[in-house]
Amino acid sequence: MKHDKIERNVGILIILTMLAISAGGLVEIVPLFFIKETVEKVDGVHPYSPLELRGRDIYIREGCYLCHSQMIRPFRDEALRYGHYSLAAESKYDHPFQWGSKRTGPDLARVGGKYSNDWHTQHLTAPRSLVPQSVMPNYPWLIKTDLDYSDIQGRMKALRVTGVPYSTSKAEFDKNVKEFGEETAKNLHIPDAEKNLIAQAQAGNYDTNPDKLTEMDALVSYLQLLGTMVDFRKYDDDYFAKFR
Amino acid sequence: MTTTSVTNTEQYNYDVIRKFAIMTLVWGVVGMLVGVYIASELAFPVLNFDIPYITFGRLRPVHTGAVIFGFGGSALFATSYYIVQRTCQARLFSSGLASFTFWGWQSIIVLAALGDVMGYTQGREYAEMEWPIDLLIEVVWVAYLVLFVGTLMKRKQPHIYVANWFFVAFILATALLHTFNNLAVPVSLFSMKSYSLFAGAQDAMTQWWYGHNAVGFFLTAAFLGMMYYFVPKQAGRPVYSYRLSVLHFWAIIFLYMWAGAHHLHWTAIPDWTSTLAATFSIMLLLPSWGGMVNGILTLSGAWDKMRTDPVIRFLIVALSFYGMSTFEGPVMSLKDVNALSHYTDWTIGHVHSGALGWVAMVTFGSFYHMVPKLWNTKMFSNRLINIHFWLATIGILLYITAMWISGIMQGLMWRAFDDFGNLQYAFIESVAAAHNLYIMRAIGGLFFLSGMVLMCYNMYKTIKSGTTEQA
Repeated sequence: MKHDKIERNVGILIILTMLAISAGGLVEIVPLFFIKETVEKVDGVHPYSPLELRGRDIYIREGCYLCHSQMIRPFRDEALRYGHYSLAAESKYDHPFQWGSKRTGPDLARVGGKYSNDWHTQHLTAPRSLVPQSVMPNYPWLIKTDLDYSDIQGRMKALRVTGVPYSTSKAEFDKNVKEFGEETAKNLHIPDAEKNLIAQAQAGNYDTNPDKLTEMDALVSYLQLLGTMVDFRKYDDDYFAKFR
Repeated sequence: MTTTSVTNTEQYNYDVIRKFAIMTLVWGVVGMLVGVYIASELAFPVLNFDIPYITFGRLRPVHTGAVIFGFGGSALFATSYYIVQRTCQARLFSSGLASFTFWGWQSIIVLAALGDVMGYTQGREYAEMEWPIDLLIEVVWVAYLVLFVGTLMKRKQPHIYVANWFFVAFILATALLHTFNNLAVPVSLFSMKSYSLFAGAQDAMTQWWYGHNAVGFFLTAAFLGMMYYFVPKQAGRPVYSYRLSVLHFWAIIFLYMWAGAHHLHWTAIPDWTSTLAATFSIMLLLPSWGGMVNGILTLSGAWDKMRTDPVIRFLIVALSFYGMSTFEGPVMSLKDVNALSHYTDWTIGHVHSGALGWVAMVTFGSFYHMVPKLWNTKMFSNRLINIHFWLATIGILLYITAMWISGIMQGLMWRAFDDFGNLQYAFIESVAAAHNLYIMRAIGGLFFLSGMVLMCYNMYKTIKSGTTEQA
């Protein structure tokens, strides 16, 4: 076909353009929804509890992903600095993913358990009081603001639509017990969301103030979970390499 | 009422172009000012002032939104409407629709910025806008498509000029990318919060397919369209090679869409996608340089204009930066280079050599050509254009040099081992080491911003001396 024809007919131009721009996505992205090996088969990864979910929402709200990645690459230096490289499975319930693209601050994929709740609360409120050269903003309002969890069930229901296995019925709850164990399954039950959220905040005392349920509680509970779900002692590295 | 009847009898709808042109300048100043501010926050964190609304995390999307969609977007609306009307010798087929795209697009930028500072965000780079704004974008974009294609259909020329192919591809691709990257489930009809439909690896692939092609189509293909009109016009020469423009058009729009996953090298996506993306990124060098060569060689036989015409200088230097950053891009997409450059300031430098060097510079050049024509006058001062050119060029050079140094330094520090096989540096040492470079970057940005402000003054004087009556 002579190019002249395309230049004279806007319909043909549009159709050919659509074909040209659709190919890449169709070949590279669409298969990832069907190829099972895209997400590793691994035990331990479960959806967020109501409190952790609210913490994650705050993490997104404050734009943390613009300076912190959550994706450790398979290099020796990153293994020493951050831990085992990140698996796709570890973010399979992450809507949206928060892998990030920039490390103005360090990677947070495995920050869970590395520092105490006290440390996080102090660090988020005034980072330079602990790390003098840090360029992170202070987040003093987190500890002062009561956590709004009025729509926590709505949030879990929305995630349920996207495929996260939060349960509403007894049958779904039982299925979660089988997959994640009873302790975790309880936290995934939507009708009990408020109760579970308060209970976790009180038991965890993340913001070091047991009397108040603040945004700091939620955010720290989320940070303390990051990267802790998979027990890597149970797998040797060859196992994960198979999926790559 | 009299003004309406006057506009309707005009050959072309310049009214909407004038509005978009003015807003381009406004968003340019706003977006670059916020950019300088957040750059300063990274050098001096006290500037966050413990105010939630102006922390780096919330202002950064304001910066990217205002410069990409406010400044870049308005410039594209303005120039595409100008070019499509003049090359088709046809008036935009609907003034109402044109007006709708203007008010719609401007409210999107304002709402997006408000949403960002208030913390309503999808947590996806360059697609932070929450679902109600996304729906509004969808509607305005379809109106844009209808208006553009409708105007192409009533053209008096048998051929569709090359600049318009690029605009068509840009409009279609942006619609495709925006739609699929923003699939989300809102918490409720009255909630500004939504959760993306996809998760983890698939979500990452979708986002960077979007993110990279926002660069590929919004910031490249469309601005090539701008280049294909204004470079030949200002040089007074025909496009260097028709054949080359056909070849590189189809190659660039096909290849770009495969390259996004190079933003995800060494992450938890399958290796084959990453390899495929790197391969296509390297192939992209050819059509990218095809565009650059075609633009620069259009000046053949009129090279003296580089000396005498500051507008040509803007356009040609823009093409040179385009060539440089489309060389740097494929280099950074190599897995071994990416292992060093990813997560560092090198990426930020690369983006800005494209965004400031190419996108902004080609816009400046085009506007210095177009704005006086829209107001039937001449530019108020050529000398100020010349000063703007040097402020902008020095600003870019300071900016990208600072980011090259800090980026490569960060990459090397993170992977440095001491003699005992331990990590040589704590992470915070790389933060401290970047301090002076962050100051240098902010100063570079300040240079660029002051050039932008100077341009506004020059434009203000020009517009004041002009008239909107078409001759």
